[in-house]
Parts: sequence; structure tokens; C-alpha cells
Amino acid sequence: MEYLIGIQGPDFVLVAADNVAASSIIQMKQDQDKMFKLSDKILLLCVGEAGDTVQFAEYIQKNIQLYKMRNEHSLQQRYGNDLFPTPYHVNLLLAGFDETDGPGLYFMDYLSALAKAPFAAHGYGAYLTLSILDRYYRPDLTRDEAVELLKKCIEELNKRLIINLPSFSVRLIDKDGIHDLEKLVPVGAK
Amino acid sequence: MALFDVSGYKSHLELRGKTLGTGLRHFNFGTTNQEFAVPAGMDPSGFLKSCSHEGQGGVSIDLNHGTTTLAFKFRHGVIVAVDSRASAGSYIASKEANKVIEINPYLLGTMSGSAADCQYWERLLAKECRLYKLRNKKRISVSAASKLLSNMMLGYRGMGLSMGSMIIGWDNKGPGLYYVDDNGTRLSGQMFSTGCGNSYAYGVIDSGYREDMTVEEAYELGRRGITHATHRDAYSGGVVNLYHMQEDGWIKVCKEDVSELIHRYRKGMF
Repeated sequence: MEYLIGIQGPDFVLVAADNVAASSIIQMKQDQDKMFKLSDKILLLCVGEAGDTVQFAEYIQKNIQLYKMRNEHSLQQRYGNDLFPTPYHVNLLLAGFDETDGPGLYFMDYLSALAKAPFAAHGYGAYLTLSILDRYYRPDLTRDEAVELLKKCIEELNKRLIINLPSFSVRLIDKDGIHDLEKLVPVGAK
Repeated sequence: MALFDVSGYKSHLELRGKTLGTGLRHFNFGTTNQEFAVPAGMDPSGFLKSCSHEGQGGVSIDLNHGTTTLAFKFRHGVIVAVDSRASAGSYIASKEANKVIEINPYLLGTMSGSAADCQYWERLLAKECRLYKLRNKKRISVSAASKLLSNMMLGYRGMGLSMGSMIIGWDNKGPGLYYVDDNGTRLSGQMFSTGCGNSYAYGVIDSGYREDMTVEEAYELGRRGITHATHRDAYSGGVVNLYHMQEDGWIKVCKEDVSELIHRYRKGMF
């Protein structure tokens, strides 16, 4: 039901998540933010079982803040990954910008499988959009081209996905930090 | 799945027994003192299922379920409306159950799901809110109160608790409305409805809602939401209990029988 997507460029990572918090057939909330800020340049996108998502993401978020307080420097991006199976059914995308390694996007699922990828998606929507990303992705995408690619994916969801996802939060991470972009609202069916 | 087997993924219940047994508290987000000690390996939700009608043990103890409750924020505060039917399977256990707990003059909690769970845990929440006030010399915020309740639910995840509740209050951030349920969901929002009649209530309040409603219009919308839901949902009924959360505390607005209300509304229709 929920959807996450990340696209890595040469010096940025673009991420988007849908905004629906649902319970059975009802949309309880249409402006839910599924991105959690782990540090100035790292975002954790988290979907999965109700309750687990927020609990797990906040747990990681607070522990990383604690690490920062104890050790005066913050965790590098690749160490922000949780590496053991937990009882929490959550699927994650970890996106960030590292001083030494540059931009990075990591795909993680509830079994703690971890993969660094140039683009990734979670949810039923992934079945429709991964092929679009395969077809049009290039490692040297500009920011505008990446946003256009993201729009292509969301239009496809609007057209073919049986579940209505009315809006998507979009953020971009680069060397200057995390930037909020305009919310994407697909209009009408084609 | 190969990765599934190799990773040693265990269901929540098995891991819980293991972690509690060794004293590791990594994944226990519940309150530090568990109210009910649960022995490792016990499966309360399986036991509950065996006692109910589907359990086929000849026993038919169906827990109280079935409600419609709703709450929405508007310009002049928060409106809270609930029905009053307590059902146990197809039997109506009470037609005047009280589904709103008055935690303090600035906090209200609604109940849907299992009546026993709601009453117990929300009374416990009331106790925690009082203790907070005594320890910190200021009233607890709505956000903190809802987080306390959410953490209580998380301490017993997967064990068969059933509770869908809204915490409504007014603190120094203004009016607050949170939805908390038994699987640990905690959401802040403008409008929520819980219980098995919630879809009917959403239909009415979504179509009639305006942020700049007058107080009387808001009362009428709350009444309408519950009445129309009780009309369609077999497990909701009784009376509408209507509360209004204002800056200086909540007031109880009215208590009206839904059958009278629905006749009044239908008369205006034809």
C-alpha cells in the first residue's frame, strides 16, 4: 500500500514517499511524513507494519543522536545501518550525503537484507516503477532530470495502481544538507 | 525463502520470550514496569481465540467490540462524539455504556474495541497523567499523554489487546487530537473516527466539514456523524454523548437517543 522511492545522482540523492496513513480500507491521515531525519545529511524512509515503522525509526533516530552526543561527531552514513534481524516488520530506504563517499542510497528490508543501489523502491508501487527506473536512469542525471524521472514514476502509479495515493513528499539531499521540494500531487487519470 | 530461513527470523512472540528471558530490554518500548507479567512462551492471543465462538471449544466468550466514535478539530476547539452500545457478539450488553473517559478537566479519552482493555488502560493513563502533574507541577501535554498510552500498548504487542482510542486535549500548543491503537499506531490529525462504524461516520463528517463552522454547526455535525453510523452499523447505537474541548477545558454538550435523532432527520428528508 505504501510507496518509497530513491534516485541517486552524481552529487545528490532524491527521495520521495507517499503521505497516506491507512487502517484497513480507511485513509486515517493524508499528510503523514514517512521520512525521519537521522542527521543533517541522512534521511531514513520507513514503511511497514503499523506502529513498528514510527517506533523503529524513532529508536534509530534517538540512538544516533545519543551517539553524536557521546562521541562529538556524527555517525557516517554507512554505519547508520542496522545489521541484525529485529522483530519489527519495516522496510527502509536510507539516503544520505557523506563528506568522503559522496551521495549514497541503501535499500533495506525487514529481514535485514542490505544493498547499496543507484535507485530503489519499496511497496506494491515498486513492481510498476522499477522498470521505468531501469529504462530511463543514467548515473549522470541532473537534479531536474531526476525530478522528471520521479514524476514519470508517480504518473505511472496514478494510472495503474489500484490504490489511490493522492500525494507524495519529496526531498533532496546534497552537500548542503536536506532540502524540501514541492509535494507531488498527481492529477486525474490519464 | 532462503534468506528467510538463514536469517533466523523469528516471530515477535518468540523473540519477546527470548529477550525478556535474558533481561535484554532493547525492543521493549513499553513502560518500564509491566503491569501484567507474562510468562515466556505464553500466547495470549491464541488463548483468546480458542475461547471465542470461532475457537470451537464449545465456548463462546466474544469480547465486547463494536462502536462508533469520532472527533474533529475546528476553529473553536475539538468536538468529540461517541455512541453508547456495548455489544458482546450479537448480544447488546449495555445500551448506555460510557465510552469517554474524563482524564482531567483538559484531557478526554475515547474508547473503542475491547471495553475491558480500553477502560483499564485509559484509567492507568489517567493515573500516569496525575502522577506527571504531581511530579512536574504542570499539566501533561496531549502529545505526551498519547505517547504514554501508545507505549503501554507496545509493551503488549501481539498479545491480543484490542483498543482504538483518541486522546483529546488543550495544552499550550493549542487543541490536540491524537489517535492511538493497540498495534502501536499513534497519529496526530484534524479528524478521526474509530470503531466498526467509522466508515459511515467518515462519510458524513467529511462531506459536511468546514474549518470555519460555528459551534452549533459543529455540534450538529458530530451528532449527525454518530447517528448515521448507528443507523447503518448493527454494533453501534444507544445515545450520542457529545463533548466540546475548549481552551478552558471540556464541556459535556448533550446526550441524545439516536433513534429519536434519526427520526427527526428522516422527517426532514421526505
